[in-house]
Amino acid sequence: MPSARCSMLERAPQDDPATEARPVAFRGAGFVPRAGRYSGWIALALVIALWQLAGSAGWVNPLFLPAPSAIAVAIYKLAMSGALWQHVSASVVRIGSGWLLGTVAGVITGFAIGLSTLARGVGITFISALFPIPKIALLPLLILWLGIGEEPKIATIALGVFFSTAISVYSGVDAVPRNLIRMAQSFNVPFHAIVRRVIWPGALPSILAGFRITASVALLLVVSAEMIGAQFGIGAFVLQAGNLMQTDQLLAGVVILSLFGLAVGKAINVLEARLLHWR
Amino acid sequence: MFLPLPLAGEVDALVRARRVGELYPFGRYLRRHPHPNPASGRGSAAEQGSKDKMDLIAHQISHRFGGLDVLDRVSFTVASGEVVAIVGPSGCGKSTLLSILGGLLRPSEGRAELCGAPPADSLNPLTFVFQDFALLPWCTVEANVEFPLVHTALDAAARRAVVDDALRRTGLSDFRGAYPKQLSGGMRQRVGIARALAVRPAILLMDEPLSALDSQTRELLMEDFIRLLADGAMGAVYVTHNLEEAVRLADRIVVLSRRPGRVREIVEIPMTRAERGAIDARGKLLALQNDLWSLIREEAIDAEREVQHA
Repeated sequence: MPSARCSMLERAPQDDPATEARPVAFRGAGFVPRAGRYSGWIALALVIALWQLAGSAGWVNPLFLPAPSAIAVAIYKLAMSGALWQHVSASVVRIGSGWLLGTVAGVITGFAIGLSTLARGVGITFISALFPIPKIALLPLLILWLGIGEEPKIATIALGVFFSTAISVYSGVDAVPRNLIRMAQSFNVPFHAIVRRVIWPGALPSILAGFRITASVALLLVVSAEMIGAQFGIGAFVLQAGNLMQTDQLLAGVVILSLFGLAVGKAINVLEARLLHWR
Repeated sequence: MFLPLPLAGEVDALVRARRVGELYPFGRYLRRHPHPNPASGRGSAAEQGSKDKMDLIAHQISHRFGGLDVLDRVSFTVASGEVVAIVGPSGCGKSTLLSILGGLLRPSEGRAELCGAPPADSLNPLTFVFQDFALLPWCTVEANVEFPLVHTALDAAARRAVVDDALRRTGLSDFRGAYPKQLSGGMRQRVGIARALAVRPAILLMDEPLSALDSQTRELLMEDFIRLLADGAMGAVYVTHNLEEAVRLADRIVVLSRRPGRVREIVEIPMTRAERGAIDARGKLLALQNDLWSLIREEAIDAEREVQHA
């Protein structure tokens, strides 16, 4: 469909269309989404407000979906009674020790696979075979081996963390630019120094990205493990609340898990900003 | 005496065995080896019996990658203080040859040899300058230049002096705290050059050092190279596909054929680098460049039209 000006020109052939100046149509819009500063928080606040409204107005049965205010009260009571700390600290100890154990072993294994032909051949085969197993399926076996204390839960988390870490570490080592390693070799830099000063910092972005994944794996596994058999811990608490139909308590536990996940994510952000400022 | 070119660790041992702890300011180092005539400095170190002279010899080097013949019995000598350019059509194995000469790649046949001893204060007689600069992105300019020194016998103060000097010589003193990503391509390559100078090489192995840069930056860096190599204290093997660079910088130009690369011709440039700067030398250099191009052109066409089966 010709524009008004064009049709005018068609009707007035004495004006040469070749000499008529017209703007070039802009067609470069879009495809650059930006993360708005406040839009996310505003949307979240709106959803919570709507939820609260639905609860207060009696549109939903509080047994199935308690209002945010009720959840806040539940959290407050939990905090006051001291039960919150009991559950949270039990979970944090399990996550912390399991994650640390799995990460240390995973980093060592990942570096071995990234640097040694023998370790690579053996390691990748085992990891490929064992990585897909949902680690929670091993918990009963681990209980059999390690007893019913903390150990099987920690071991489950460690196993889950280990495989993801090993994979992200060795792919990080593989991704270190070959030319940097050759450069270091061309200056006769010894092997251990190449590992420490070239490969380690070069693999760090991938290793930290792996931490983000393993942190959520650890959270998932701690809740599952605590649901299977624990007296204290967020998972045990949520399961118990569910069994007693205390949905406000149940959702309080869920909110705490969400906050915990957010905190870990933030911590990794800080770590990345500190260690990867050169990117 | 001929000694096979040692791989990385052995050079280190060789150099460490010599006196490395003492620091020589560069000015003194450079003045210690006045080169009588860079254009004809072809007498081998062994003949001259000089202590701090080291020749680099490519001896019948052949190389295959899988079933692909890349180099075929390449032989030539880089005499102490001499600048040898290696040119040839793309894919003729120029960079592969340089890797072999620098001990980063084992040739399928033949060998690279060193003849004579490097200057006593050289920490890394054969030092690369890379096409892609190969800077550590997580290190500042200063730390990048210091990188090859950390594992030498130099103490922190001596290292600092060496780094300061290398940065000054390359005009980087004001950029010591910058990260590579903050620098232009030309400045990044200057960091690469400063890092190479810091270890006081006897021979620079330059792998297309300017080909990742724009033409104005190339011109500026070419002037830097000419200044650095002016007194013949340092030799260089300069791999390039740019004939103008070869003609301006080299004492001799090794012309390789298309893959598998053979030595087609070794062309001498009958002028010192100082003489080449004069206006009336331009015509001669251009004629030389045209001669080289006529040597390479047909094969460059064939090389370009080749389908890769690898």
